[in-house]
Amino acid sequence: MAAADDIILRVEHLTMRFGWLVAVDDLSFTARQGDITALIGPNGAGKTTVFNCITGFYRPSEGRIALRHGDAIAWEWLEPLTNGGERSVKRPAGALYLLERMPEYLVTQQARVARTFQNIRLFPGMTVLENLLVAQHNRLMLASGYTLFGVLGFPSYAAAERAAIERAKAWLDRVDLTARADDAAGDLPYGAQRRLEIARAMCTEPVLLCLDEPAAGLNPRESAELNELLLAIRDQQRISILLIEHDMSVVMEISDHVVVLDYGVKIADGAPAAIRDNPKVIAAYLGVPDKDVANVEAEVGL
Amino acid sequence: MGGDAPGLRVDTVRALRDAGITALLAFGLFLPLVGFQTVTDVRNDLILVTRWPLLLAVVAVVGIGRLAYSLAVEPWLRQRALLPATPAPAWRVQAGKWFLPFAIGFVVAYPAIVLATAGFGRAVKWIDNFGIQVLIYVMLGWGLNIVVGLAGLLDLGYVAFYAVGAYSYALLAKTFGFSFWILLPLAGVLASFWGILLGFPVLRLRGDYLAIVTLAFGEIIRIVLINWVDLTNGYAGITGIPRPTFFGIPFNAEDDGFAAVFGLEFSPIYRTIFLYYLILALALLTAFVTVRLRRLPVGRAWEALREDEIACRSLGINTTNTKLTAFAMGAMFAGFAGSFFAARQGFISPDSFTFLESATILSIVVLGGMGSQIGVAIAAIAMIGGTEIMRELDFLKLIFGSTFDPTQYRMLLFGFAMVLIMIWRPRGLISTREPSVVLKERKIIGADLVKEGHG
Repeated sequence: MAAADDIILRVEHLTMRFGWLVAVDDLSFTARQGDITALIGPNGAGKTTVFNCITGFYRPSEGRIALRHGDAIAWEWLEPLTNGGERSVKRPAGALYLLERMPEYLVTQQARVARTFQNIRLFPGMTVLENLLVAQHNRLMLASGYTLFGVLGFPSYAAAERAAIERAKAWLDRVDLTARADDAAGDLPYGAQRRLEIARAMCTEPVLLCLDEPAAGLNPRESAELNELLLAIRDQQRISILLIEHDMSVVMEISDHVVVLDYGVKIADGAPAAIRDNPKVIAAYLGVPDKDVANVEAEVGL
Repeated sequence: MGGDAPGLRVDTVRALRDAGITALLAFGLFLPLVGFQTVTDVRNDLILVTRWPLLLAVVAVVGIGRLAYSLAVEPWLRQRALLPATPAPAWRVQAGKWFLPFAIGFVVAYPAIVLATAGFGRAVKWIDNFGIQVLIYVMLGWGLNIVVGLAGLLDLGYVAFYAVGAYSYALLAKTFGFSFWILLPLAGVLASFWGILLGFPVLRLRGDYLAIVTLAFGEIIRIVLINWVDLTNGYAGITGIPRPTFFGIPFNAEDDGFAAVFGLEFSPIYRTIFLYYLILALALLTAFVTVRLRRLPVGRAWEALREDEIACRSLGINTTNTKLTAFAMGAMFAGFAGSFFAARQGFISPDSFTFLESATILSIVVLGGMGSQIGVAIAAIAMIGGTEIMRELDFLKLIFGSTFDPTQYRMLLFGFAMVLIMIWRPRGLISTREPSVVLKERKIIGADLVKEGHG
């Protein structure tokens, strides 16, 4: 278990039921600041459901999801906040958010958690640049005086828009899309759309970036570039990343911490190397009972 | 035509067979519609007469038309599809660049052109029935375009806000005697208030459900106007609504009227010209504000909402507020147009605010191309102006007999126009999208990428 002062996200006893189906069952894990935490598991294990709970798209049936900004002292406010019924507590030292109490747009707007989707969700009829400006909506809305100053053409809004375009340009450079800034997002090749979606999520200036299978459908070269990009986001921006991934090469190469789900239950939690050798994980992936793992491993030459 | 290339050969047998089937279908369809006619004879009995020659003529026209299409038009279309796309010729690029200034210049000069060509007497009709009428619908189309074209929310009850604006002006002006210039913004505010009121319950609805609820809302407003007789005078409507003044100078034949003050001979045309410029200014204001809003975060959020609502929510956009602002802005412009309508007519009744009006405005937006200002304006001119022109086609009476009234075929022609547009341009006249912000080079976005919204 990580030292408490490093933890940025705590998921505790998270349960999500859809009717009689228990998609996630009593899941607890933590993610540390500046870490890449991978959430893996076979198809249907409930990974995306966990993401939807964290990002506010689902309201969990039970459990607590807490996110910290600023100083680690914020964790001391967790119990009073939970009992008090508020969504968040903000003090000069830091802030604490209970994500399960917030609607999805506030999770991004206030708790600053950004996400991408398994099936890419760009605005296909808008240009690449416009996609990145929509991501900066809340800041620009404020600068435009909730539209009023903007309609009247105040110079303060023009300045804010220029700054937003600069920020978008910086991200376009990082994901190598500057040349295509004025093309429709729907016109981009698949790999570029994946990169654009990550850039768009980053334009919301998150503290926690949730990526749902970012390497799906990428060729090995694109996949390697994605690894570099994610490591750079972690190391240069000090942004924590939560990652759902099927591609084990990505998971093993870049993640600092791995949580394994199977049928909605956590079956393993630890460093990538330890996860790779965990018989429960191998059994879950190969689809055999624990006691047969040794035989199967021998067969496949592990 | 056709040539020797495989696939381009004109298949005469198939064409004949298709023409035969089409003619047979036409026969089945038109046999009850055209073949038989009920008439009352001299003894006041209803009898059935047959019209075989007419039926035969109709079927023959349909069959021969289909044959001509298969033999001539289809091969030509196929051949054209094989040719490489040629870039637009220089004259079209030039024309595109000059279109907007020319169009604005034309509408500003329109009353003068009409006065010069039609003369003083007939000019009123051309400015009023044609100019003002078309501009009201251009403005309504642009207003609805915000809701349907930008935010992608299908609104079938838009006329309700038009009615709110009209009745607000009529009632407040008659009861309290406020001037047009105070009530114009007030009518806009009241209409947008109703827009928000409608917005709340429909926020969770999408697609068909949203369309049904907005349709119902339009009907509720109309039925309230009919039944709340104490306030609205029911079916009879409100008469004697104060007319707008030229900055305090009324348009009448009195000594302090417009004509007398400016030393002109009295004529109703001054008021008409004034109203024309008033609605032109209101319509241009709508266009200007919409163009501005598209480049602001709220406008981009509307378009993003049309493209993908879930992605919007994942980016921290409050979609509730975004939808409500779209409803409110659209309703506001309808309110402006409504108060202008009441002031221009001097009389309003619930008859002016039927579902047909909503359908007309929506079809203007759909035909024009959702989201396109110029497309909507062209569609409004074609549909509303086309109807007005039909009244003028007296020569048709010479062909079809003196009882022929071309305006009765309005809906038929609307239907034809819709079908043709759906075949030729399924996304409307101008379906491409212009980006709201550009880094280096302005590129037009193809219609196939732009979403229509899901609700």
